Amino acid sequence: MRFVVVVFPGSNCDHDAWYATSRNLGHEAQYLWHHDTDLKGSDCVILPGGFSYGDYLRCGAIAKFSPIMAAVKRFAADGGLVFGICNGFQILTECGLLPGVLVRNRGLRFICKDVLLTAATRNSPFTNEIPAGAKMRMPIAHGEGCYTADERTLDELEADDRIAFRYVENPNGSMRDIAGVLSAGRNVLGMMPHPERATEPLVGSTDGLAVFRSLVSACSAAK
Amino acid sequence: MRIHVYVTPKKTVLDPQGQTIRRALNSMGHPEIENVRQGKFFEVEVSDKLSPEQATEVLKKISEEVLSNPVIEEYRVEIAR
Repeated sequence: MRFVVVVFPGSNCDHDAWYATSRNLGHEAQYLWHHDTDLKGSDCVILPGGFSYGDYLRCGAIAKFSPIMAAVKRFAADGGLVFGICNGFQILTECGLLPGVLVRNRGLRFICKDVLLTAATRNSPFTNEIPAGAKMRMPIAHGEGCYTADERTLDELEADDRIAFRYVENPNGSMRDIAGVLSAGRNVLGMMPHPERATEPLVGSTDGLAVFRSLVSACSAAK
Repeated sequence: MRIHVYVTPKKTVLDPQGQTIRRALNSMGHPEIENVRQGKFFEVEVSDKLSPEQATEVLKKISEEVLSNPVIEEYRVEIAR
């Protein structure tokens, strides 16, 4: 499987995503600079965590105008797998590929700690290998992670089974405990917790591997 | 021509920063402060080749697409005197 990891000025989890997919799972992964416009035949585009463009204006607001994002939007429209983690999730909401927005945490603090979350659906390319009801431990590291949308959008997300992950204990005030959401086509996922930073026993958890394994099995099933 | 754009959180959206500022003001001896909402202020210079109406239209478009996120924020465009 071929992954690409988009590097924006200010990305800081790009190497973790590259490591998780290549060194750890043994797949092909390469970096793409935000000025690139060719996704190099990739099966899955990862928008990594960090502080793209210094979080100027709003988190992810400037990144949506990067040259690469036009290619990512076309890729997503054609059914390509797009995975936004943390700042990547914020970028996906800003550019309209996912509904809602991530606002300042309820308690105002930047939160950096491990949390528990569950997959709210197994019907997606990102969650099909996650055991039902399993509590997964992954880090969060964000100041703006409070998922916010109007009631109608939230009702639609629930009715369409598009909530991918929920927090076991809500750390940031996210509406309906939402930690990750899927696009209508189920091929775009955004999540605030960091599965790519939970793929080695050395760092305390390997629960994030199930997300990447899901992607690999979805990709091989599609071929 | 100078144009001012005010971006503020929608009334229906929780503004934890504004609430924290309000509490701080209350605790420093201003119990009369009942509510604070924090937003952003942009001062934009626009070419005088545009009429004020044209400039306002341009800024409204920019505010809608870039300066605000319509999911949580509203904006106001004013020509500075």
